[in-house]
Amino acid sequence: MGYSSKSPWVIHYDGSSCNGCDIEVLATLCPGFDGERFGVINTGNPKHADIFLVTGSVNEQNIGVVKEIYDQMLEPKVVVACGICACSGGIFHDCYNVIGGVDKAIPVDVYAPGCAVRPEALIDAIVEGVAVLDQKAQAIKSGEKPRED
Amino acid sequence: MSMTIEGIIVPILGSVAFAVLAPIVGCLLAGIDRVLSARMQGRVGPPILQPYYDVRKLMAKEKATVNGVQDAYVICAFVFACVAGGIFFTGGNLLMCVFVITLSSLFFIIAAYSSRSPYAEAGANRETIQVMAYEPMVLLFAVGFYMATQLIMAPYLSTGVPAGSFDVAAVFQLDQPIIVWTALIFLGLMFILTIKLRKSPFDLSMSHHAHQEIVRGMTTEMSGSTLALVEVLHWCENVLFLGWVAIFFVWGNPWSVLLGVVVALLAYFLEILIDNNFARVKWQFMLKSAWLVALVGGGVNIAIMAFI
Repeated sequence: MGYSSKSPWVIHYDGSSCNGCDIEVLATLCPGFDGERFGVINTGNPKHADIFLVTGSVNEQNIGVVKEIYDQMLEPKVVVACGICACSGGIFHDCYNVIGGVDKAIPVDVYAPGCAVRPEALIDAIVEGVAVLDQKAQAIKSGEKPRED
Repeated sequence: MSMTIEGIIVPILGSVAFAVLAPIVGCLLAGIDRVLSARMQGRVGPPILQPYYDVRKLMAKEKATVNGVQDAYVICAFVFACVAGGIFFTGGNLLMCVFVITLSSLFFIIAAYSSRSPYAEAGANRETIQVMAYEPMVLLFAVGFYMATQLIMAPYLSTGVPAGSFDVAAVFQLDQPIIVWTALIFLGLMFILTIKLRKSPFDLSMSHHAHQEIVRGMTTEMSGSTLALVEVLHWCENVLFLGWVAIFFVWGNPWSVLLGVVVALLAYFLEILIDNNFARVKWQFMLKSAWLVALVGGGVNIAIMAFI
């Protein structure tokens, strides 16, 4: 295991969720589930974060913000779509202003479905995400250029 | 300390040793902080080496900086923090140590300003106010140190011991610790220690906790290896400041060093407890209370020593 997987700092952005998934994201860091056992820290700064947790679907209003946060994050980085709205648009998929899941804006590495997404599912997704983080860190170390999206 | 060859070489060697050893001690302290904080909040918490993992990860991150000169300022801040630690732990001049660590803080402030990010600037402004808040008490601490050594040595002046000293090593010539004369100054230093360690309620410039921060304060624009160095810088600072706490309890008896370490660890525990029990205050309260403490704690204590 590399060091990337031992210290996954996350940044959380609420796209347009009903707040259910947001509450679960924060619950993941609270005593009941204690994400910090795995080194997970909630940062408010994309430049410090390794994992981008997006809740809610992407719409015309927030697609620029999602892209901006993603661009400000430094490689290696991983995107986790939290909840069914972030995965595919969920029950809002055919709303007039909804574009769809997060993968319509930025490349998503892990999908964590659920309405709302359970903290257990989120921890699973983050653990899945850190494996991807390690792969990317290894790729950077061996001289591969970070992907240009 | 006189300007002999030893007077120059010893602090330099000390600084190098400090730069190697203080991060190890500071990293463990930071790990203990994380675990204790988690336990106080009813959580299990991360492994004790988590701060080390964090720094190793940061060093492997992609390099990006808004203004390249920022890295140079952070490196200067780190170097001067190590020099301050080297001066202190080789028994050098306490006043010089205080000035050099302030210089380190100033470099860190300039580093934050250099990015021109509004969030980093807000943090840098607040850090400037923090320096203003704690600096009077720190200077009174150095003055109090001199006066206390003078008072304790007074009965032995005829035997040729120096009268009063800013040298940290002077405590080993004393027959009682300086805390005997400087209890109020010690309390004042404990108060501003919360500001210097950037713990709640005085973590205005940058907080360890995202939920009470404007983006990330001073380190908003620092990332990757620069942020890693900032972390190591804080570990070093913490070790130095706990050294200041310990020096109050050290005197001629070699075992007193152990006492000093125990008191320093207790002080650190107290800081963690305070950190977990208070929300951030406004800068006005911090400035007023810190100056009040400096005036009452430091001023009265020094007045008492001056009139004895």
